[in-house]
Amino acid sequence: MIPLADVVPTLGAVINLNPPGRYIHWGFIFLSVANLVVIVVMLIIFVLALTLPFTHSRRTHRGQATGSPPEGTPTAGHGSQSPIAGAASGTVVQGVSDEDEYGLWTAKVRKAWLRHLPPEKMLPDSQPAYVASWIYVFGVLTLMSLTVVIASGTVLALEGPTWWHISSIGLFVNSLHLWSVECFFGFMAIHLWGKFWMASWRGNRQLTWMTGAIAFLISVFEGFTGYISQTNLDSQWIAFEAKDAMNGAGIGAFFNTMNFGQALMLHIVVMPLVIGLVVVIHIVMVRLRGVVPPIDALPEHLGKPGGATSSITVSSATKSAPGFPEASDSGSTVEDAAGLGGGS
Amino acid sequence: MSTASATPGRHDGTATRLTPRQKRALRREAEAAPWEGPHRRYDILKEGAIALMVVVILVAVLAILFSSPDVPPVTLQAWSSAQPIGFTQIALSELEGTSTSATYGPPYNHGSGSVQDIYGVSIQRAIGVTDPINPAKDFVLDPLGTVSGQPALKAALARYGSADQPTRRSWDQAYGRALSAAKMVNSQLVVPPGNYGPVGTMLTSFLSMARSGGLDAQLVAHSAFYTTNYTNPLLFIGDSAVAQPSSYWNKIVTAQKMQSHQWGMMNETGSWPGQPWLWLYVMWYQVPPMSTSSNGDVEVIAIMTILSLGLVFVPFIPGIRDLPRWIPVHRLVWKDYYRTYGSTSNGHPGGAAAAPIESTTTGVDN
Repeated sequence: MIPLADVVPTLGAVINLNPPGRYIHWGFIFLSVANLVVIVVMLIIFVLALTLPFTHSRRTHRGQATGSPPEGTPTAGHGSQSPIAGAASGTVVQGVSDEDEYGLWTAKVRKAWLRHLPPEKMLPDSQPAYVASWIYVFGVLTLMSLTVVIASGTVLALEGPTWWHISSIGLFVNSLHLWSVECFFGFMAIHLWGKFWMASWRGNRQLTWMTGAIAFLISVFEGFTGYISQTNLDSQWIAFEAKDAMNGAGIGAFFNTMNFGQALMLHIVVMPLVIGLVVVIHIVMVRLRGVVPPIDALPEHLGKPGGATSSITVSSATKSAPGFPEASDSGSTVEDAAGLGGGS
Repeated sequence: MSTASATPGRHDGTATRLTPRQKRALRREAEAAPWEGPHRRYDILKEGAIALMVVVILVAVLAILFSSPDVPPVTLQAWSSAQPIGFTQIALSELEGTSTSATYGPPYNHGSGSVQDIYGVSIQRAIGVTDPINPAKDFVLDPLGTVSGQPALKAALARYGSADQPTRRSWDQAYGRALSAAKMVNSQLVVPPGNYGPVGTMLTSFLSMARSGGLDAQLVAHSAFYTTNYTNPLLFIGDSAVAQPSSYWNKIVTAQKMQSHQWGMMNETGSWPGQPWLWLYVMWYQVPPMSTSSNGDVEVIAIMTILSLGLVFVPFIPGIRDLPRWIPVHRLVWKDYYRTYGSTSNGHPGGAAAAPIESTTTGVDN
């Protein structure tokens, strides 16, 4: 079998730009032809953008062509505004009555977002009373630890990878980074243990669990790239020891643990972006699906499948129960529109 | 999500006896629906602010109390100064192509010494050489070629370079035999005479270069100025860690409890915590057959890949996903709820444990 590395073609330039370039010298102006080409191309594109007729979208064109909006369509006085921009800003544009009907991506995404994750669900001021254990705080502690990790890591990145070896302030910031990482993993592990024993994937919450697990695994790799970016004995040895596993699995062909530059870039650019994305998805899933109800919770407390609106009454038993603080004024009823509380 | 499969066919609102599977399906949908039990006030932003404050204080206190470790890296200069004979032995192994790096295999070269597979399948071999390294040239001959003002060394390099392979090998082997009886006299390497051609001159100069610190700079110099790749010096130093149990580097990392058999990947220098979250990964290296297998790394990677996928897909793995119900740790989490309201499993009057789950709907809106 021919190794993959031997069959991948070598990519090269069609036009060789290595020879010395040509320069235009006019008065105090000294400009390379290559730079001049770039500037001229930009100017041409600028002029074309100003002068070429704009290709109107089919839907906008239809609205304008009718001369009047469809029956029953409200109109707003934004005739001079771009139809696309107007729709994006939430205004009703002449001839455009239904955002979905006219297929605007932005409008569709906004409506779906508001339908599934309204503000009261994203930033709730109420939650199910069973959320009454210290185990619940480890999710937010993990998130806040990650915040400190990113903040301290940003300072280290600003000053460079060897700053902390020669500066007492740098050493302290590195210490903040180290201990926030330890806290991050510690809180995350406790959070994960808690969620496992709650069987928190129940009730269509599989994606919440999966994104959390993926965040943990990615964080392990991110931590590893951090340890081999320390530029000290620890990073030397770990990089050397880890290479065999990477090479054996074929990963070494793409990620060389002894290439400090590659490890550092992964640690401070690529992996933080990936972790940030996964964590955001995880948090959105938590808000979307809500906190999983207790195992064997009473049927009357569980929501009615298909029910979008429910009336939640805080019973006297709830208010008097230890660990179950009052949810609202005595005997009041909280109208839960589409997921506040139990679904949040 | 449709509940059609769980719907017994009656929608008149009367209780219907369901199969256990249908009950589970309806329970699943009920658990997905918005909670209709008691609620409590909750300020998510306040919670986040307090948590951030707690973490900041905790981290700051830990940083002030314990700081962070920073043991300087090992250098070729320090190694060659501490163990000049051992250093020269490793340099000779690079020259004659017998070192771990020289026989490693992909991604560095076409050797087979460190190629791993599972049941004959080697991804490492399939991908091939992506980071070509020739230790004799890259670690020894090229750095020596940068030394100026030493005509004897220049002549030795020319003689070695023009010799055929069998001659070079005989010189290398002869020097190896002589080196085993070498001594340090007045900080100078003294090797008994032998028929090792120019190798003695070359490696004596190489040792001097390393002890001066010049080799550290040369081995990382993939370009004339900028560099961020430490593969060459690490492989070179690492060859001593593999070939010489009492090598300079081994002594240091063993004292720091960082060797593989010491669960070293999860340890930190000094008394600081390291990466305890790697315990499971590191553990597999300690147990047979991985602890003695030449394919141990890839075997551990395979195990951890399966376990990681298992972690991600826990919700779909029968038995594992049922553990929380069988081992009722959740009783501690929701103890207040169960104490107040009971549950469907303990026959609490409010629990309606034996009551059938009615199916009156056909969909769930989450």
